[in-house]
Order: sequence, then structure tokens, then C-alpha cells
Amino acid sequence: AWALQGKPSPLSTDQKPNSFEEITNYNNFYEFGYGKEDPARYADALTTDPWSVEISGLVERPGNYGVEDLAPESALEERIYRLRCVEAWSMVIPWLGVPLSSVLNRAGVQPGAKFVAFQSVLRPSEMPAQRGSGIDWPYREALRLDEAMHPLTILATALYDKPMPNQNGAPIRLVVPWKYGFKSAKSIVRITVTDRQPETSWQTLQPREYGFYANVNPQVDHPRWSQATERRIGAGLLAGRVETQMFNGYGDQVAQLYAGMDLKKNY
Amino acid sequence: MMQQLNATLRRVPEWAVWLVGSLPLILLTADVLTGNLGVDPIRDIEHRLGRTALYFLIGSLMVTPVRRLLRLNAMHLRRAIGLLSFSYAVLHLGAWVLFDMGLLWGQMLRDVVKRPYLIFGMGAFVILLILALTSNRFSIRRLGANWRKLHRLVYLAAILASLHWLWALKLLSSWPVICTGAILLLLLYRAYVAWGQPLKEALQFR
Repeated sequence: AWALQGKPSPLSTDQKPNSFEEITNYNNFYEFGYGKEDPARYADALTTDPWSVEISGLVERPGNYGVEDLAPESALEERIYRLRCVEAWSMVIPWLGVPLSSVLNRAGVQPGAKFVAFQSVLRPSEMPAQRGSGIDWPYREALRLDEAMHPLTILATALYDKPMPNQNGAPIRLVVPWKYGFKSAKSIVRITVTDRQPETSWQTLQPREYGFYANVNPQVDHPRWSQATERRIGAGLLAGRVETQMFNGYGDQVAQLYAGMDLKKNY
Repeated sequence: MMQQLNATLRRVPEWAVWLVGSLPLILLTADVLTGNLGVDPIRDIEHRLGRTALYFLIGSLMVTPVRRLLRLNAMHLRRAIGLLSFSYAVLHLGAWVLFDMGLLWGQMLRDVVKRPYLIFGMGAFVILLILALTSNRFSIRRLGANWRKLHRLVYLAAILASLHWLWALKLLSSWPVICTGAILLLLLYRAYVAWGQPLKEALQFR
């Protein structure tokens, strides 16, 4: 495949991105196993072509959309984002993708819509951990409509200049950089616009530990570990930790979405 | 055959246990130096040292049941196995302090008194420290009968160490659960020897 390109964006960070090696060999994708090397080890088996995304619910034009249809190569933007995992490690990742709002606008959001739900692919024959228990598959995530329409929120289809590697959520995945990584659902097959707050996988599994919002917040700890600092992957043995930023450093753009909300309660 | 095995075992010196016990550290060091640890070497160093400490702790708990059930006597090697567990626990803690936490003493102190997984881990470490400090001949003689009582704390250390592991997981996975199961089994065996046998006899004589 030839090199993909995206238009540079003012929303990108100027921090140095992690290497392609690092990004594709260390991540969580629980469908392939609980270890951070498991996605790289097993994701080859996933078939991503053909692929379509069903958009349904409170939309004007429901239906099955192809990936190229939702995120045409000519529309790709480069978004270099910080990624903060709920496990207190972080990376900087150069995604290529399109704003989720462009996709939702194509489908036409109906008045009365309040939330957008995402469903990842369910394919136990290709995803070993889906054959076991642990999480009630398929993986589900959701955003409030204003979060989904925010310019920072993208559907990514490429990483650096390469089509999205399977282990990172091929062929199309969500990226919401001010929230913990688990909110950014991978390998999406269904987007549902709804008026009720959808159930999400981690919140259903451990409601005390994982909330619906899951905004990066150094002042609200995970019940079992601190979120005050994080370890930047690839920084070296003696690099130590960096302080975690409110909303992962995207507060200027997103803090107003949560004005007046108690973020300790809505974690 | 057992006799032969025991004869061989009796001739195994303590330093041989230390030699074998240093292998995990040598392999880990080699992996660090050759860049063989993958994307997040800090986590690998920390976790491998911690797991090795737990394996040796399990090993030290196996000595008595193996002697009673298989009639294989490795009692003279138990101290070295226990001290190896402590040594890896020291390295594990050191890796956490230096590499993982980057010497952020404030956050470490706040976390250690607040987070159950760290309370469990520190509890296990303090016990192993006490046991290591009293593992020499002088302490054994000096403490007399109390030495055995004191060193029963290793049972608590083993439970705390496995809780420390389980509590840090996002989802339960099989290997830490299997290790915890092994520890529970080894402790149940002791409970059975201490209480089960006498209880059975007492019931029979009624």
C-alpha cells in the first residue's frame, strides 16, 4: 500500500509521537487477550475487508456505510493526540481520520438525539478472548451527543501513513483524546444515535471503577490506583513520571462541555 | 529410589540454590541489555521480579509438604529459597521506586497507606524483611521456640503477596489465580495437619 496522507490540523500536539513500533506492539484490545502484547500477536486473524458500519437510531439516513464512504482518503486529517490509558500510562499517536461530526452529519442527526453508542465487532472465530468470559461481548462504548460532535472527536482509519493496523482497531475506530483510552472503541461495526444513555462495557463490568464519562482527571483517582501522574511509554528507564493534565491537556477545548457538573460524581 | 534422591539432595549445598536462584535475574538483565523486553521495559522488569519473588515464596512453602508427602527432604535448602524470595522482593520494590515511580516520594507515601494493593504488597515485604533478618543461626538460637512462631508469618506474607497481585489487575486472569490457588492449597495442607488430623482422631475416640 502507498503512503496515506492527512491534512495537518491545529488540534494536533507538537509533542513527539511514539514510534509506529511502540504504538502497534503495546496496547489494550481485550478481544485479543488481556496482555498488552496480545493484540499484536493475534490481530492478524481479523478480516477487515469487506467491512461496513451500520448507522441507525435517531438519524435521517440509516443504513450500512462503507469505510471509504465515511472516511474518504481525500478527507483524512492528521491528528497527533496524546492518549492516556486508565492504567496510568500514556503515548502520543499520529492518527489519520475524519471528525465524527462529519459522519453523523452525513447520516443526519434527528432532533431529540442525546447520545451516540458504538459497538465493536463481534467475531469469536477471529478474536480469541471473545471465546472466553470476562467482558460481555461485543464491546460497547458511548458518548453524549455534544462530545460526539466535538471537533476533537474523530473516527480514525490510519496510523502514521499506514492503514489502521488490525491491533489498533482496524479498519475504523473512535478516538476521544480527553477521555481514558477505553472510551475510544475499536473496529466499529455499529453507530446508534439514541435519546437514552447507553450501557457501556467497562461501566457495566465495574461501575464503581469506570464511569460513563471517563474524562482524564488527575484529581479523581481510580478506586485502586492514583491518576495523578502517568508514565510516558518509550521515555526510557529513568524518565520517571509526568503529571497528568486535566482532560488530558485538552481542557481549553472541552472543559465547557462539563460546566457545572460534579466531576467527582460523574467520573 | 527416594533414598537415592534424598542422598543426592543432602549433598546439594546452599550456594547451589543461590546459583540457580540468580538465573532469573541474569536472564532479566540480559533481556534489558539486549533490548529484548519490548515496548515497556519498566513494567516487564517490575513484574518479572515480583513474580519471581512469589515463585520462590511458593517454593519455600513447598518444602514441608514435599518432605511429608513425598519423603523428599530439602529442609537444609529452605532458608536459601526464602532469602531468594526476599531478595527478589527487594529488587521488585526497588524497580517500583526507581523506574516506575521515578522517586516521587510524596505520591509513593500517599499511595502506600491508601491503596489496598500497595498495603498488601508492603505488608508482605515487611514480613519477608523481618524473616530475612531473623534467618541467621544467632537469631534462631536466641529466639528459641518463638522463632518457629515468628516464621509462621510467612503464611500471611504469601496471602498478602497474592492479594497484592490480584488487586492490581483490571480483569482476573488465569495465571495469578492459579498461583493464588497453589498458595491456598499449601496453607490448607498445614491447616489440615495442625487441626484436621487431631480433630479426626478426637472424633474416632469418642
